[in-house]
Amino acid sequence: MIRFENVSKVYARGARPALDDVSVDVERGEFVFLVGASGSGKSTFLRLVLREERPTGGRVYVAGRDLTRLSSWRVPALRRGIGMVFQDFRLLPNKSVYENVAFALQVIGRPRHVIRTTVPEVLEWVGLDGKEKRRPHELSGGEQQRVAIARAFVNRPQILLADEPTGNLDPTTSLGIMRLLDRINRTGTTVVMATHDDEIVNEMRRRVVELSTGHVVRDEADAVYGRREEILPAVGPVAVLDAPGRDVPVRRITVRPEPGDVAAERASEEAAEHLTEDIEREPVSEPLEERSSAMSGAARATEEA
Amino acid sequence: MRLQFVLAEVLQGLRRNATMVVSVILVTFVSLTFVGAAALLQMQVTKLKGDWYDLVEVSVFLCPEGSAVPTCADGEAGDEQVAAIEDVIDTELGDIVATTYFETKEEAFEAFEARYPDGYQGTQLTVDDMQASFRLQLADPEQYQVVDDVLTGRDGIEVVEDQRAAFEPLFVALNRASIVAVGLAGVMLLAAALLITTTIRLSAVSRRRETGIMRLVGASSLFVQLPFMLEGAIAALVGAVLAVVGLWLAVQYLVADWLARSVDWVDYVSTTDVLTIAPLLLAVAVALAGVSSAVTLYRSSRV
Ligand SMILES: Nc1ncnc2c1ncn2[C@@H]1O[C@H](COP(=O)(O)OP(=O)(O)O)[C@@H](O)[C@H]1O
Ligand SMILES: [Mg+2]
Repeated sequence: MIRFENVSKVYARGARPALDDVSVDVERGEFVFLVGASGSGKSTFLRLVLREERPTGGRVYVAGRDLTRLSSWRVPALRRGIGMVFQDFRLLPNKSVYENVAFALQVIGRPRHVIRTTVPEVLEWVGLDGKEKRRPHELSGGEQQRVAIARAFVNRPQILLADEPTGNLDPTTSLGIMRLLDRINRTGTTVVMATHDDEIVNEMRRRVVELSTGHVVRDEADAVYGRREEILPAVGPVAVLDAPGRDVPVRRITVRPEPGDVAAERASEEAAEHLTEDIEREPVSEPLEERSSAMSGAARATEEA
Repeated sequence: MRLQFVLAEVLQGLRRNATMVVSVILVTFVSLTFVGAAALLQMQVTKLKGDWYDLVEVSVFLCPEGSAVPTCADGEAGDEQVAAIEDVIDTELGDIVATTYFETKEEAFEAFEARYPDGYQGTQLTVDDMQASFRLQLADPEQYQVVDDVLTGRDGIEVVEDQRAAFEPLFVALNRASIVAVGLAGVMLLAAALLITTTIRLSAVSRRRETGIMRLVGASSLFVQLPFMLEGAIAALVGAVLAVVGLWLAVQYLVADWLARSVDWVDYVSTTDVLTIAPLLLAVAVALAGVSSAVTLYRSSRV
């Protein structure tokens, strides 16, 4: 689905390459964590997939298209098949929740009746039923990120990219977001998530691609975040992060999530019960793959909590 | 859906950039008023030429008694010379001259007496003070020079005169006025173009968040840029409409109601003429906005 072949990226004003000879292959339907310290090139990787940047060397293939040869007028079509979520949500402050999500469909010329049916559906699915009329500033951080995810997912993209989506959220709220991303992944959507949230990576047990100063230093399936002192040298070793085995209960920092987030999480789970099947049956442009791992690490962890 | 959405975006943009939009409207209004004024002046010149040139002729004055001009060395033009000249006019100027009329001394005197029954400035003239002439109506009055080239210097012709020459100073003045108007219009149009450019850029900056998301979710470049282009175009069009209204009022009250009453023997431009040039002004406005936005967006937006 996404293939990087010896990709290098040197920014015009950058001293060292942001990515240096990176080769990564992401299969359709995979969930991949992109980890690494700040400045290791995670965001650059995602920008190359979106063709916000062009590589200075190597080739980037997305859904069979060679992005290094893609002419600019085809870029919008590429992006319609990719959803993107950011750490800072990037919602439009003067539009309501509903309008923010509908905006993504309006600007690509979707007919009104399609918007009227899909937007409420996806909002219910992410657990924001009943909050359609709120403005972003009237929502908690977790809820805002749910709006952003709804906007990224409303067009049923084949690929969802997330750049530190939990970076501004407390651990419990983050977990709710992760469950949502996991559910999106289970509809067949390929998810690539950049993060340096070790707890999340450790709990999800998915493929991890670790970048360090632009190089891929690790690419493992079912992996953990790695030793923190290597990735975040300033922090030093933390016992729980070093080897949190699959069945060892995870100690969490207790931060109270905002009530809105708890409610959204519950609503989202309920909606998932009756909506996921619909959404999975949606005619996505290419056939979906069955995913065997029904329950993710994150889902399991929430139940334990 | 799309149209409605784009229009809503445009309205929002116009409201957000109200001051800039107003300045674009005013500058376009003034510049297009100058463009329109120049066009109306040219139309006035054309009208005058059309009216007056039909009335005027080229006079070919034949040699009178005792003329000092070299071609009149033989004295008063005789019948043979007159016949020769008529022949030249027929053969060499047949395409240019529409009608030829020969005015004898006697006829000239009658016409003179009819006009000045009490003598001209105190002197009584006689038939012999008059001059015979050919009066030529040209099919195209602009071809005067050809007539002059062919006839001047022939025996029996004292001088070839174009009555049009009398109007030339007026036309020169009107043409200069149009040139001034066009010059001012050019300067103002440049100012308008720069203002539109700035307005579009400001509008783009104020909507950076929206356009960022539009590009992110795969809106086409045209769709992202259309609202800005429309904002510029709408402001320019409003300016053009104001210019048309302004010119219409000026023609109605200054020309039709006032000038035409005080000097009534001239055929003036009318409000119909203003409506004739209205599409031109609207087209200039659209072109102005189009070029400005194309330049701005080309420079500012790379995917
Ligand atoms: N637009 C840019 N211009 C110049 N250098 C950049 C730009 N964006 C990122 N970089 C540099 O590229 C490197 C990788 O950045 P980034 O991909 O943002 O890393 P991460 O997302 O992992 O923090 C950093 O050294 C950063 O300073
Ligand atoms: Mg980053």
